[in-house]
Amino acid sequence: MLREEMAAHGLDPDSVEVREVRTEADADRAAFVGSPTIRIDGRDVQAPADEPVGLTCRVYRLRDGRISPLPDRDDLRETLEQAMDGGTD
Amino acid sequence: MARATATKVGGPAPALELPDTEGHIHTLPAAGTAPATVVFWTCNHCPYALAWHDRLVEVARDYGPQDVRFLAVNSNDAERYPRDSLEAMRERVLEEGWPFPYLHDESQQAARDWAAQTTPHLYVLDRELRIRYEGAPDADHMNPAENAAWLREALDAVLAGEDPPRDATDPVGCSIKWKQ
Repeated sequence: MLREEMAAHGLDPDSVEVREVRTEADADRAAFVGSPTIRIDGRDVQAPADEPVGLTCRVYRLRDGRISPLPDRDDLRETLEQAMDGGTD
Repeated sequence: MARATATKVGGPAPALELPDTEGHIHTLPAAGTAPATVVFWTCNHCPYALAWHDRLVEVARDYGPQDVRFLAVNSNDAERYPRDSLEAMRERVLEEGWPFPYLHDESQQAARDWAAQTTPHLYVLDRELRIRYEGAPDADHMNPAENAAWLREALDAVLAGEDPPRDATDPVGCSIKWKQ
C-alpha cells in the first residue's frame, strides 16, 4: 500500500526504509507501538493514542470504524502528501 | 500465511481443561452433550482477532438457542504481550458482555495440543467431539458482510448431521505468541 501510494505520487517506492524491531529495548528506543508502523519523515500515518510501546501487532482503526491490521489508505496518502508539502498539518 | 493442519479434521478433538476469566474450569469433554462445539483461539491485541470478534459473537448468539457450545481460548504469552494478561481478558469479557467463556491457557499446552496457529483459529466439533471444520471464520476479516459464513455453514452441516461443505481453510491472523 505504501509503495503503491509513493509510486502514484511520483516517489521512488524502493526508497522505503524497512526496520525490524527485534527486542523490547529496541521498541522502547523507537517508541514502537506495533507492527506495522509506518512513519513518513518521522510522522506516524495514524498517531498512536494510548497504545503501549512493545513488540506487538498494531491495531488500526479505519475511517469507517473498522479494525484493521493496516492503516487507512487515506491516512497514509494524507501523511505522504503533507510530507511532500513540507508541513505536518 | 498459516496452513490448516487438515489431517486433524475427522479425528477426535484433544481434551481441554482451562479456567475462564473468573477461575471457573471448563472441560472438553464436558457434562451434557452439545450438538456442536466451537473452540477458537483469539486474543486481545491482534487486529485480525479483533476484526472478526463481533462476527463470532453474533454466531454464538445465533446458535446459542440450538445449544451450540462456544469456548474462546487465549494462549498468548502475557509477559511479552501484556494486553493478553488474565486481567485484560477479564476486563474485555465484562465490558463487552461476551456470550462465551474466555479461557486462559497460561501454559500454552492447549494451543500445542490443538496445533492452534493463529488468532483467530477455529475448530468446529460434532456431538462426538470429532473435528469437522478447522480454519478461519470466513474469507475476509475486513468485510463484516462475510458474516462468518464458513463457520456458519460448518455449524449448519454438523447440526444437520451432514458433512460441512469445506472441512478446512487456512487460518488467518496473528501467530500465537509463544513463550521464549
